[in-house]
Amino acid sequence: MGEGDPEGVEGAGFSSNFPRQPGPDALAGARAAAAPSTASRSPSPARGGGSKSALPMDEPVGRSRGVFAVLASPPVLWLVVFFLVPLSIIWAYSFGQNISLTRIAVDGSLGNYAHALRPLYLGIIGKSLWFAAVTTLLCLIVGFPVAVAISFASPRTKAWLLLLVMLPFWTNLLIRTYALMAVLRTEGYVNALLGFGWKGLAALAALVGLHMPPFTPLELLHNDFAVVFGLVYVQLPFMVLPLYAALDRLDRSLIEASLDLGSGHLTAFARVVIPLATPGIISGVLVTLIPSIGAYLTPDLLGGPSSMMIANVIERQFKAADDWPFGAALSFLLMYLTFAAMAAQAFAGRRRRSA
Amino acid sequence: MIPGLPARPPRPNRRSLLAALGAAAAGISFGGLEGCERAEAIGHNGEPLRLNLYNWDTYMGATTLADFRKATGIAVKMSLFASNDELFAKLRAGNPGFDVIVPSNEYVTRLRIAGLLQPLDLSKIPNRVNLLPSFRNPLFDPGRRWSMPYTWLVLGIGYRKSKMDGVPDSWKWVLDSDRYKGRIGVFSEADDMIELGAKYLGYSVRNIPVPVIDRVAQMYIRQKPNIKIFHHDEGQDLLLSGDIDIVMEYNGDIAQVMTEDSDLDFVVPREGSLLNSDCLCVPAGAPRPDNAHKFINFVLDAHNGAEIYETIKYPTPNEAALALMPPDYRENPVIFPPPAVMARCEYADFEGLERAHLFDETVTRIFAA
Repeated sequence: MGEGDPEGVEGAGFSSNFPRQPGPDALAGARAAAAPSTASRSPSPARGGGSKSALPMDEPVGRSRGVFAVLASPPVLWLVVFFLVPLSIIWAYSFGQNISLTRIAVDGSLGNYAHALRPLYLGIIGKSLWFAAVTTLLCLIVGFPVAVAISFASPRTKAWLLLLVMLPFWTNLLIRTYALMAVLRTEGYVNALLGFGWKGLAALAALVGLHMPPFTPLELLHNDFAVVFGLVYVQLPFMVLPLYAALDRLDRSLIEASLDLGSGHLTAFARVVIPLATPGIISGVLVTLIPSIGAYLTPDLLGGPSSMMIANVIERQFKAADDWPFGAALSFLLMYLTFAAMAAQAFAGRRRRSA
Repeated sequence: MIPGLPARPPRPNRRSLLAALGAAAAGISFGGLEGCERAEAIGHNGEPLRLNLYNWDTYMGATTLADFRKATGIAVKMSLFASNDELFAKLRAGNPGFDVIVPSNEYVTRLRIAGLLQPLDLSKIPNRVNLLPSFRNPLFDPGRRWSMPYTWLVLGIGYRKSKMDGVPDSWKWVLDSDRYKGRIGVFSEADDMIELGAKYLGYSVRNIPVPVIDRVAQMYIRQKPNIKIFHHDEGQDLLLSGDIDIVMEYNGDIAQVMTEDSDLDFVVPREGSLLNSDCLCVPAGAPRPDNAHKFINFVLDAHNGAEIYETIKYPTPNEAALALMPPDYRENPVIFPPPAVMARCEYADFEGLERAHLFDETVTRIFAA
């Protein structure tokens, strides 16, 4: 918390000191700063074309720092004013308490967190984690073959397939969720189709003298199944895209080599493709898991009597229950979990690189 | 089919999520309004001939604002909110320039306790004599010092006639019975859930003893396997689409879908129920309080009131306006349930944040069980 974007902040300060003509010290600093990023990019061998030297880059690097500062300061300012500041206020509220209907005293108390860590709320957080985990697993199972198929498609088809993956983003989440409700409800499209098929079967059965009971519609909406179904539906593109990015970068010759060396397709997949795609899997899992834990709309609209997730509790704290400090504490519990997950990813990434 | 009610809901569940999301953006730029006051006409009362009204969506007569301007010269600018929470949040940080607001009864109390309302000058509202006697001295605002009633609603049971064994005229069929297992919808608002549960158990909806709150929670937890959904005031749509057959809802909402499906009906259970009333109030710091009083008095006039209720079709607390309404509105048993049942209905009251938090946690417990 509070660190913001150190690179951007540094860049902004830099530009005020050296508006046009960066001195040699600054250049050295800039080069030092630029070095790790170049290094991290260098493992992609095919791109640089061999004679890739940083030597003639000095002048452009210096200038690009200034350009970077100019370009970066509006978004950094935006980030600080509209994201970090409001977030900090909510964070401060999480250490406060209501002293009247309209006023919150931030007195550093941990009472809200103590309250939020009671079994009732831990249970709901646990349930949210469970929903999110199941969603992520299903997304991975469904998304991996899709990503593989896209990455092996011809460039032309690839573009179309990627467009299809991204197509749902063109429609608002709320509208998509309402559409899903129309599909799943008792008298919705799925049940209508099944009922139609059932009627046909019953007619056939009657021909041979059998009697079939009338069709009972499936309960597809307003239960936990509907919530997970809706979450998978919403989150799937977020899983497919990073997976595709990882698989597309994958060096095909490695797969050929493993096949040449006698491994079967499955072994090659399990021991070459999956390990190489691990970074993509991890980012896919994170960008699916984290929003799923905090899902609000989906359990609200598709869920049944017991499908409440933690975001629904938080929403009520800021509205009907009017307990902002407690709502803030619950929100930040989720935030801390997210940070922990991201730290774990960074840690795992570093260990993998050093290994 | 009830003639006199519009084919399309005039105010499709005002607490609905869609509206809430859409209206969250409305009024964001309101703060700038005061700044753009030019040199403009000043009325006899020394106030500019303007008024800022903060209202629910589709909740004003078709010609009311134009009529008011014709009568007084005051131009009304109406902004919309989608929930009481939104209204409260907007005023919480200081009145951004509203002269008249339309909170529900519990929020009248809430706003008053928070010091966000100013008392009404009753001498400027002579038309209050038009109100039905039952609305002149409500418990949430004795003597009507802070609010004038605009509409009212009552919670009851909406149901599909062909799927019921008789008229489900008790909360039992929703709260405490498996006869309609899997086809029951319950309102998900914490206050309504707990208060109606207490009402069913024979208690008042106000000052519910804590052990009774626990009993209500146990009852809901027992009933949960039979409940299909805890809805957010879209019970009428769920009923209409056949997802559920019996639902806790407001009379106005069920009256709207009854025009689309003659198999639906509404009853206020014999145990009694919860009344709600949306009220006209003047927020603290209103820039033009005298105009605000003029407007409230104008709305309480019989003809102007009839014009409003003709448009919005909500139950009116205005006796004089009611007399001018067509019989299909006046005699509609859904809009105006029988007096014997209405006598057992009560207003809830805002009983402090502690209470609100207790209700919320109780409901969380019910949902999580």
